[in-house]
Formats: sequence, C-alpha cells, structure tokens
Amino acid sequence: MSLLNWIDSRFPLTETWNKHIAEYYAPKNFNFFYFFGSLAMLCLVLQIVTGIFLTMHYKPDAEMAFASVEYIMRDVPGGWFIRYMHSTGASMFFIVIYLHMFRGLIYGSFKGPRELVWLIGMLIYLALMAEAFMGYLLPWGQMSFWGAQVIINLFNTIPYIGDVVSTTIRGDFVISDPTLNRFFAFHVVAVPLILVGLVFVHIVALHTVGSNNPDGVEIKKLKDEKGIPLDGIAFHPYYTVKDIVGVVVFLIVFFFIVFFMPEGGGYFIEHANFEPANALKTPEHIAPVWYFTPFYTVLRAVPDPWYGTLAMFAAIAVLFVLPWLDKNPIKSVRYRNKAHLINLAWFSVTFIVLGVLGVMAVTDGLKELGTRGTQIYFLFFAVTYVHSRPRQVNYLMWFVILLVSVLFWDLLRYDSSFTDNQSSLFWQMLLIPVAYLATTLLLPHFVGAANEEKEVPTRVTG
Amino acid sequence: MKLNSFKLLLAAAFLSLAVAPAAYSAAEKEPNLDANVDVSDKVSLARGAKYYANFCMGCHSLEFSRYNRVATDLGLTEADIKPLIFTRDDDDNIHKPGALMVNALRTKDAIRWFGIAPPDLTVIARSRGGGDWLYSYFKGFYKDDSRPFGVNNLYFPNVGMPHVLQELQGLQQREVDADGNPTSTLTILEPGKLSVGEYDQVAKDLTNFLVYVGEPAQLHRTFYGILTLLFLLVLLVLSYLLKKEFWKDIH
Amino acid sequence: MADTGVDKKRRRFLIGATSAVGAVGVGAIAIPFIGSLTPSARALAAGAPVEVDISKLESGAMISIEWQGKVVFVVNRTSDMLSKLPSIVPQLKDPKSELSLQPEYVDKESRSREAEILVMLGKCTHLGCAPQYRPEVAPADLGADWQGGFYCPCHGSRFDLAGRVFKGAPAGTNMEIPPYYFISDSLLLIGENGVAA
Repeated sequence: MSLLNWIDSRFPLTETWNKHIAEYYAPKNFNFFYFFGSLAMLCLVLQIVTGIFLTMHYKPDAEMAFASVEYIMRDVPGGWFIRYMHSTGASMFFIVIYLHMFRGLIYGSFKGPRELVWLIGMLIYLALMAEAFMGYLLPWGQMSFWGAQVIINLFNTIPYIGDVVSTTIRGDFVISDPTLNRFFAFHVVAVPLILVGLVFVHIVALHTVGSNNPDGVEIKKLKDEKGIPLDGIAFHPYYTVKDIVGVVVFLIVFFFIVFFMPEGGGYFIEHANFEPANALKTPEHIAPVWYFTPFYTVLRAVPDPWYGTLAMFAAIAVLFVLPWLDKNPIKSVRYRNKAHLINLAWFSVTFIVLGVLGVMAVTDGLKELGTRGTQIYFLFFAVTYVHSRPRQVNYLMWFVILLVSVLFWDLLRYDSSFTDNQSSLFWQMLLIPVAYLATTLLLPHFVGAANEEKEVPTRVTG
Repeated sequence: MKLNSFKLLLAAAFLSLAVAPAAYSAAEKEPNLDANVDVSDKVSLARGAKYYANFCMGCHSLEFSRYNRVATDLGLTEADIKPLIFTRDDDDNIHKPGALMVNALRTKDAIRWFGIAPPDLTVIARSRGGGDWLYSYFKGFYKDDSRPFGVNNLYFPNVGMPHVLQELQGLQQREVDADGNPTSTLTILEPGKLSVGEYDQVAKDLTNFLVYVGEPAQLHRTFYGILTLLFLLVLLVLSYLLKKEFWKDIH
Repeated sequence: MADTGVDKKRRRFLIGATSAVGAVGVGAIAIPFIGSLTPSARALAAGAPVEVDISKLESGAMISIEWQGKVVFVVNRTSDMLSKLPSIVPQLKDPKSELSLQPEYVDKESRSREAEILVMLGKCTHLGCAPQYRPEVAPADLGADWQGGFYCPCHGSRFDLAGRVFKGAPAGTNMEIPPYYFISDSLLLIGENGVAA
C-alpha cells in the first residue's frame, strides 16, 4: 500500500479509480442496450491492437499493397487471424455503435443535461466513418479503389472548387499511390489519435452528468444521507461483472464470424475486393461497405449530384441537432405517447431499408423506394420536433405542412419523361410518406389513446 | 391501410435482404452449376494441384502462394512437389520449394499472344465468391467459330482464352431450340480422352484446389474456431455465475 | 444493497476462477500475435538451405556463398595447409574450440566434417566485419610468422586456416561454423545438419 500512497501523492490514481469506476454510481436498471458502450470500447481496443500488428507487415504502396495483404494472409504466422479480427472488428464496431446510438435515441439520452455527451458521440461516429472509409482503401482491391473513387468524386460536385478539392484529397488526378499513402497515414495515426481523444472526452462528459437509463429518470435527484443516489449502484463491481458477461457473448459472436464466416457473406469483405485495384476496369456493381449504405441511398435518391452530396451530409448533420429538435421533457420512449413509438419504429425500419437499398443495383422500383425512404428519414426529425409538445401542438396543421413539403419535393423531381412504370411507381409509393405522416400525426390527433403520455416515475423500475 | 403500408415496408425490407445477393449478377447471366466444393478432400486437392501445374500454370501464376506451403497443406512432402515445379527464377534456376508460384510467361509476350496478360489466379475463387463459377466455367466451353480460339464459354461470354482442357473434355456444342435460339444445354460434339464423368471430376479437383489456394487458412480456421468457442462457453458460464452472485446484492 | 448473507467464499472462488480462465484466454490470444513477429514464410524461404557445388573448387581456393543474408566461406584446404594446423596451437586462444560455436559433428581442431573442406561464417567474432582470406605464407604486411589464415581489416584480428583466433587479437572466440552436410562428394548443403548428424 505504501507504493499506492507514493503514487497517490504524485498522481490521483485512487481518486481517478474511485471517481470513474468504484464510486461511479450508475442506475441499477440498465438493460440489454447498455452493453454497447463498453463493447464499443472493446472494439476500439481490438482494432488498435490488431491494427498495430497488421501495420508491421502491410505495405502502403500501390504496387505492393494488395500483395502485402495476401502475404499477411499466407506467409505471416497467425496473420490471417489478425487480419480477420481487424476486418470483422470494423463491421462489428459499426453494429455496436449503431445499437449504442439507437439506445440514446429511444431512451432520450441525448437530452439535457447530456447534449454534450451526444455531440461528442456524434463526432466519434464521424471520425469512425472517416477511419473506416480510409482503412477500406488499404487492401487496394477493386472495391477499395472504386468505393473511394465514388466518395472522393462527391467532392467534385462542390461548385467552383470541387475539382481542386478532390485533386487535393487524392494528391493526383486519379486515386493512386499518393492517395493510398496518405490514407494510410490518416488511418493508422491521425484518426485513431482523434478517436481515442474523443472517447476519453465522451466518458469524462458522461461521468460528469451521470448515465441515463431506460426509464429516463435522473437518479441524482434522490440521494441517501451519504450522497449516493438511491437508484445508483457502484459501477465496480456490479457493472464490471455484468459487462464481462456482455463481452463474452460479444466475443462468441465475433469469433464465430472470424473463424467460420470471415467474409461475412460478402458484406464484411466484399468479393470484388479480391481483385487488385484496376483504374481501367470498373466493377459491374459498386457498393460501399454495408455500414455506409443508408447514407449512400440518400445520395442516390437525389438526382443532382451536388444536392445529393448535400443531402447525404445533411442526413448525418441532422443527427447532431437532435437534442434541440426533441424538446419533450420526457426522455424514455416508455412514457412518451404511442405516436412517438410509431415514429421511432418507422425511423428504424427506414434506416434498415435505406441500408439494404444501398448495396443493391438500382432499378426503377428500388430507386423510388430509396427516395421515399429518404423523405421519411428527414421527415422523422420534423415529426420528432412536432412531438415535443403533444398536448399543445396542432397535429393537423403539421400534417398539412409536412405533406405539402413532400409534395413540393415530388413536384421538383417529377419528370414528364418518366416512363409509365416510373410514374406508376411514383404514385403508388407516395402512399409511404402519406402513411408515415398519418400514423405519426393524424393518429394522435384523432385517437386520444395514441397521444397519451404516461407519468414518469420518480424512481427507476425493474 | 396504414398498417398495410407499414407491413409493406417491413416486407420490402426483408425481401430486399433476401434478394440483395442476387442483384449482384445481371439478369442475363447463366446460373452457376453447383461444385460441391470440399477442401478437406486432400486427394482431390493434390490432383487439382497436378492439373493446375500441367494445364494452367504456364500462363496463370499463383503468385501469392508458395510451393512448400501447398505441399504441407496437401499432405505432400517437398520431394512429392518437386516434379511439379517447372518454373524458374531470374537466374534461370528451377524454383526452390519455398518460392512463390510465379511463372515464366513474360507479360509482354502474353500481351502479344493473347492481347491481355493472363490474370494471376491465387484468389480467383474468393473474388468469384466461391468455387461454383469456376466449376461451371471449366465445363462451359463450347464450339464457336466466330471466336479467335474457336471456343466460347457459357459462363464467361466472349472469353479470351482457348479451351486448354479440350484434349480431356473434347469439344462441346451449344444446343439451339426450335426457333434457333441458343439454349443453356451443351452436348459433346467431338469426344476427348475422358468420359463426361471423369472430366467432371477433373473440373471438380481443379475447383477444389483453387478454392483451397484462395485461402489456405480455411483448412485450419474451423479447428481453432471450435476451440475458441468452447473456451468462451466455459468463460460465459463462469462470468454469468459471477454476475449473478454479485447482483444478489441488488435484487 | 444489504451486506448480509453474502457468501464471501463463493464470491472469491468465482472471481478467482473467472480471472484465471480469462487470463488463460488473454494468454492464448497473445500466441498468434507474438507468432506474427517470428520469421514469415518469405523470410524462411529466403533463409532456406543453400546447395553449393564444390566440384570446381580448386585446392587452396575459397568461394563465398550467401546464406540467410550472411557470407559463408567455403575453403578447399590443401594437405599442406592442414599439416600446419597442429604446429600453431600454442599461439591460439581457443585451439580446441571449447569456447566457440560450431555444430557437434565438426572436428574441434580442423573445424570441419571432412578435413579439406572448411565451411565457416565469414564474420569476425569481434565486431562482425568480414575477414580476408590470406592463404599465402609470410606476406609483407602480415609478418614472417603468418602461416596463412584469415585477417580482419577492421581491428586486426587474426585467425588460422581453421578459423581459430590467435592470441593478442581483439576477437575472443574462433569463427563460427554453420550447420552443413555433404549431399554427395561434390555437393554441399549449407543450413542443415543432414540425416547423419
């Protein structure tokens, strides 16, 4: 113990341990969705460790990159295992992060006083997307090359300066060795540093305001005589032992993929990526990796490339302002009205549909569905705002406003050159946003039960 | 009505999940034959390696693979594999067993002869999502006098490669239907050295070998996988009991 | 959060068991990671044993071979050279090669499997320079006592024709002998001990 004293008088070791682990009081009613915070940390560690070992063998050189990956897969002892952990880890990271964000969405964890936690988390999500995007170029396969080509060309659509911007990003007029080299630098050094820093800040911010919970009850309001929240339990040992169970279950899934289906059915490692990058040969079908596809569909839903790019970035940006859109004081979906639950259900399904559409080749029907999905994606945020004050708000007025805005968008994109098939799809699928607005706005207006909010308990349940 | 749209949306989501892989291949394509790939059949793999060395290696390298690794994985000794090595290094010495399976065909020559450098085939099976396409391709050559090598392929239309296995398989022709449109049925026009069944086995052996060589780790992956999962199950039981023990305090 | 009724023994056992099994898991997963640091198949292929044809190696001549990125000297020693080896023993630091590195099967004095053929790493045991092969007797620069041997130009270490170091040299031990064997009379394999070893 004298060593500990020696350290403590020079560095707040015990104090830090107590503040963030042993005497950090977390609500006792965490459910399934609360595993994903610690699992995201685990993913980050796995990616960093496996990444370091891959860096020892990988060559960031257009002539050698593809071969060096195969070298890792064959010649380096244990190399295939490390590489599959890294490629599987990337996809698992996004699964975990999406569930983590979904948790925040349904239990209102983004609301005050946790706005900063949400904002920092969104920055982590952005950094993670950048990290994944640049990492995907490194194997230097056809999908690496053409996926990066499509995304970098988005910058081309910026008026006036687009060309200069995309050329600067690539360091060349096409994606080539300098692009690979700089993406490598960003992927292994710059972005990971930012990620680790942001994760640190995310946790410090969280531990300042305290964790939310499935009931959305602020446990700090009710404390015992020692100042410990009545509904709080020490993070250690209770949540450490619980999270270990979560980690083991996660690892079972993770290693099942690593050992038995490392290509993830062609979604975690795309088949076309086993063909070396070739600037002269475009693959039949370019699909980004699955975790980008919802936004890719938004991009494709808008015919004009520049507006499409804006729409895609807006789809991400709008998530940042969620704390200021949803002003309903009730946090958890458990005590909000039914219309809010329906709204969340629509959004979840829409996000998955957009994701699925993003990996598919475009047909008339799928394109129309993608556009309708995009409309619902954005309408969700407007409806969320409307649901902020369910007792006072004029649902009918908002129904009309939002329906008109959908029709306005439709008017802009309706083209007299539509084929019969396209125009019939256009009219049929108009039902989708109408149904969406009807179930989220008309339903609570006409059916009182759908607009009823429940009383939030003072103590957590369960 | 509202409910229906919702259901429709859900249905669309799951339907599209199911349809997604199919959407990759354009509608016109011939569906692949089933190769029944079995990389655990080492005898088949060894035969496939021999056919590859004899018929393919002259043009198509396996530049990420090493002779001795193939030997070890297929249960052969270095002495067994030496007769299969007839590629040479830069100093014109026969490759050592530890060498990469590159070939002597110079890219320039290849471009002069074929108009294109024959691709390396180390990971062809992976880029084609498995062995079925390869198996189909080996069986898909048919007579087409409009092509430079006199053959075309049902699964690789306008292929720029001769049918190197023709002496084994013989020459197939593509049947036409009553209206004179080509069908997917191929029949033997001039028999080769092997019967149809024997040739199928050759095609299967080659496919097996190429699937193996695309990812040698697959021979060992599942073994380690089972060990790992068994271990994690033990850890799961222990950690669950630990969690329950501590959470007695709370419930 | 009542402390009553806590089975401390059970808790301690479960903590111990979970930690122990977890530690085994961490240890097991470290194996492939550490393994990835060991020489890859490429390094092993580059370091594979080297065949040397010595049928054309004249008596008294030396050739240099590269093996695992190191220089290997192969000297075909004349009977005259061999006959002088015992006579210089008093001048040597380690005449019976007790402190020096060589495979078991190598004669400790002639330092070879077959007397004539010396196979030796061309690396001075002082600081790793490459010694020169100086077979001539009493050259002007090496003095009248020189009976032929290896001379390291870096710091002047002297070795005899069996690679044994002379007293007074900065090098401490005799030059190292790599594993090797004779496939046939004229064919040598450097890098393996061979079946007869």
